[in-house]
Parts: sequence; structure tokens; C-alpha cells
Amino acid sequence: MKAEGAVLKSSNWIAGALHYLVLTLISVVMLIPFLWMVSTSLKEPAKIFVFPPEFIPSAIRWANYTEVLNNTPFHLYYFNSVYIAVVVTVGTAFFASLAGYSFARIPFKGRDLVFLLLLSTMMIPAEATAIPMFLFMRDLGFNNTHVPLIALPIFGAEGAFGVFVMRQYFIAMPKDLEEAAMIDGCSRMRTFFEIMLPMAKPALASLTIFTFLTTWNDFFNPLIFINNRNLMTLPLALSLFTDEAGTAWNLLMSASVMVTLPLLLVFFFAQKQFIQGIAMTGLKE
Amino acid sequence: MSGELAAAIKRKHPLSREAAITGWLFVAPMVLGFIIFLIAPLVMAFYMSLTDWPILGDAQFIGFANYKAIIVDTEFWKILGNTFYFSAGLVPLNIILALGLALLLAKGKPGMGLFRTAIFVPVMTSLIVWAIVWKYLFATDTGFINQLIQLFFGVQGPAWLYNAQLAMPAVIVTSVLKNVGLNMVLFIAALQQVPAQLYEAAKIDGAGRRTAFFQVTVPMITPTIFLTVIMTVIGSLKVFGQIYVMTQGGPSGSTKVLVYYIWEKAFKLFEFGYASALAYILFFIILIFTLIQWQLRKRWVFHES
Repeated sequence: MKAEGAVLKSSNWIAGALHYLVLTLISVVMLIPFLWMVSTSLKEPAKIFVFPPEFIPSAIRWANYTEVLNNTPFHLYYFNSVYIAVVVTVGTAFFASLAGYSFARIPFKGRDLVFLLLLSTMMIPAEATAIPMFLFMRDLGFNNTHVPLIALPIFGAEGAFGVFVMRQYFIAMPKDLEEAAMIDGCSRMRTFFEIMLPMAKPALASLTIFTFLTTWNDFFNPLIFINNRNLMTLPLALSLFTDEAGTAWNLLMSASVMVTLPLLLVFFFAQKQFIQGIAMTGLKE
Repeated sequence: MSGELAAAIKRKHPLSREAAITGWLFVAPMVLGFIIFLIAPLVMAFYMSLTDWPILGDAQFIGFANYKAIIVDTEFWKILGNTFYFSAGLVPLNIILALGLALLLAKGKPGMGLFRTAIFVPVMTSLIVWAIVWKYLFATDTGFINQLIQLFFGVQGPAWLYNAQLAMPAVIVTSVLKNVGLNMVLFIAALQQVPAQLYEAAKIDGAGRRTAFFQVTVPMITPTIFLTVIMTVIGSLKVFGQIYVMTQGGPSGSTKVLVYYIWEKAFKLFEFGYASALAYILFFIILIFTLIQWQLRKRWVFHES
């Protein structure tokens, strides 16, 4: 009896150790790319090839950063990426919550059919509509402007997804407050902006995080619509930089660090919101 | 209360008219946007797929000639095979790893938050950055992976991204690691929503851990499994960014996938008609997968609110 208990205990202990070992291993695999990125971004060009590999560079070369900043319009790429992501996020949140609220709460003819159609557009891959869109934007003179990079996500899969998330949230909200306000003579518009929208903050936060991330990382649209260097966003600029820098990995890695770091810092400070937000937008059915 | 209001809306004409107007007004921007930026180009893409559409000059209607050309295009079949190879490698790896990690992390042991963060960090990273860093890690002479191989085994590692057999697996691994955290977080959320009473009841009924997992956990999280499988399959069929950065479709076309081919035909070679037909094929493949999965979902998913 006693021996059996001991066996059970030690097997529990082994299971526990294994549990941590597996998680540590996979976490290390996940973090090595970042450590290696930072490490290389501080290396002298000659030290990149050194064997055995140096994790902590023997001589730190900050010039990798200043070279990238001085030799490329990196600040422009940054500005373009940030402002496009912000405009798309605000636009999506605004239009999607308006539509989502209407689909959830305002009874009008044809509502459910329109919603279903809107929902089914989520299946349309942006890649399938890219070619006519390219010609359309070209004819309107919008190629090599930020118009397609802003309009396409708002009225594309991200937007449809946003409408869906907001509708699900509004449907689940209690009706009392809204009805009380409307019986008191509050207009639909005011009820929405002053009562319903403030209550939808959690859904809006999730949608904001999701939309910002997707737009920030968008690569396909900038690749198609933007040729002008000064109008590029970070992912596109970085991909071109890969072609040009060749094996100047130290410069490539310092550029990568500069692209990655700010978002990761925000993530570390608001981790819970990020993960919950993404879990929530992903889970809503 | 709500019933009364609905009745009032139906009874009173002015109120229902007001609702109709505001209702449409609120959805109008989105609906119009979708018509202009999604529906119209989708219809247009189909028309273009029936034409020979050069970058300059007039388009010529050629019926289904593009589709016929695609069917006999051996490169297309190879590319379709590559795309399915990528999906078949990525989806099971991603789902199993995500579910396994979620199971390890869902029990509230100390330090789990830290692991969760570490595994989630790549999700927060730009795909392009992630692909560039992995291209570097996989580099033949200076890459970290081959340096490790040299260090531990004393042999020169393979040219990962320049070997037709190894390039695709390398891209798959890179892609799994990039996004496994996302599915993991979805699974953790689902696991935490399984009521504890169900496990207690299973325990009282004498169910072991394995039985509890297959009889309680799996049925309760099937909606999430289906959702993540759908999203992961569709995402994998549209793979592009990491291929563009890591291999440019090479070596010898071994990683050239459907979206890469569409992009190449349309925006490098400007064969808009042919590329549109390819795009429509992609659209239909995604449509078919979505429909199949919706059908299976109806039959298999255990509970749904």
C-alpha cells in the first residue's frame, strides 16, 4: 500500500516535470528567433559568420540601427504603417458597430437576408478580387496612394468580421436600458451613441486589437498597390530590404527589431486584453 | 417587454417606418462598401476570367479558354499539389500542437502565464518579420540551425531553403510556429468553459482521465475545434507572405503555391485573364472547403447554443 503510494507520487512528480520540460522546450523554440534577431542586430558584420555562434556579441555595434534609419526612409514606413492601421481600425469599428447594432436590434425588412449575404462575403478571399480592384483603382488614379490600403480592409473580410462580432455582442445585451431610453423619447441615433456603444466597449476593444494587428501586418495589398518607396508600409519595405540587403543580416535584423519591438511592448503591458480579445473575437459564433 | 415593443413596432406604422429608415441608414455604409469593394470585383473577376485581358489594349472575350488552358497546364497541377501539401502539413500539426499546449496550460499550475505569453508572442509579430528571421535561421552557412547541427553533430547541415525536398517542410514549420499560439488561446478559452461538474460527474461514474478527455472534453470543445480547423484550412490555402519572403516559390517551383502563382501571373506577367481564372479556382476551392466543413459541423458538433 505504502509502496504503491510512493510509486504514484513519483510518477506524478515525473509527469509534472515532463509537463514543465515540454512547455519550456517549446517556449525556447518560440523565443530563440527573437533572441537571435536582437543578438544579430547588434553584431559587427564579420561576427555574423563566427562559429560557434555568439549569443551575446563580443562587440556591440549600434551603427546597425543608425545605418538603417539614415539610409532608408524608415520613419516614413513607420508613419505609413501606423496611420493606415489607425484609420482602418477606427473606420472598421465605427461602421461595423453601426451595422452590427442595426442587424441586432432594429427590426427592418430584409435585415436577416442582408446580414446573411454580408456574412457570406467573409468567404471571398481578397486574392480573388485583387485583380479587378487593381484595375479599378488604377482607373481612378488610386494606385500608389493609400486609398486601397484603407478602403479594402474596412469593406473587406475585416469589416465583415467586425459587423459579425458587434452584432453578436449587441444581441446578447439586455434590452431594458435601450427601451427605457427610447420610451423616454431618445432617438435611435442617440440611444446608439450614448447608451449602447459605451456598453459595447469590451467588444470594441477586441475588434480594435484584431483589426489593428491584421492591418499592421497586411502584406498582399501594399505589394499590389504601392510602388512608390515613400508610400510603403513596414512589411513591404522590409521584404524589399531583404532582396537588397542580401546577407547583411545585421542590418536586416536591426530593421526587424525596430518593426517588432513597439508592438511587443504594448502587448506585454496589455497582455490580458490582447489574449482575451483575440480569444473572444475568435470564439464568437 | 421586448415582445411588447416588437408588437408596438408592428402596430404603429410611424415607428416601424422610422425603424426601417434608421435600420437601413445604419447598415448602408457597410453594405455599399461591400458592393463596391467586394461583390462588384468578384463579378468582374469572373468576367475577366473569360477574357484575354492584356495590361494595355482591349480585352477579348474567349469563353472558358483560360480554364481549359489551366486544366492542361502541368505547372498548375504541381502548384495545386504544393498548396495541398502545405495545408496537409500545416493544419494537423497546428491543431494537434495547439490543443496539446492548451491542455498543458489550461490547468492552473504556476508559471503557465509565462509559457502562454512566450508561445503567443509570434502571433503578435509581423508575418514578414517572422519569415525573414526564419530565413536567416535556416540559412545554409550562417544560419543558427546549421550552426547547431555543426556544433552537436559535427557535420554541415543541409541547404534547407535551397533543397526541393526540404524547403516546403521548412516553410510549414515556420508557419506552424507563427500561428499555433492563436489556436492555442482559442482552445484554452474553450477548455476553461467546460463546466467542472461534468468532470466530477465523469469521475463519480468511474471514468479515467482518458475516458474523461474523449467523452467530456472533446465533445464540449468540438465547436471550437471546427472553428479553428476551418480558419486554419482557409488560411493555409491562401499562404503567400512567408513563401514570398523565404523561397520566392523555389527551389525549382517546389514551394510555389496558388496565391503566389496568381500574384505572379497577374502582377509580374500581367496575364489578367488567366490570373482571374486562377483566382476563381481559389475562390471555389475555399468555398467547397467551407461548405464541406459546415456540413460536417452540422452532423458532428455536439452542442451549440
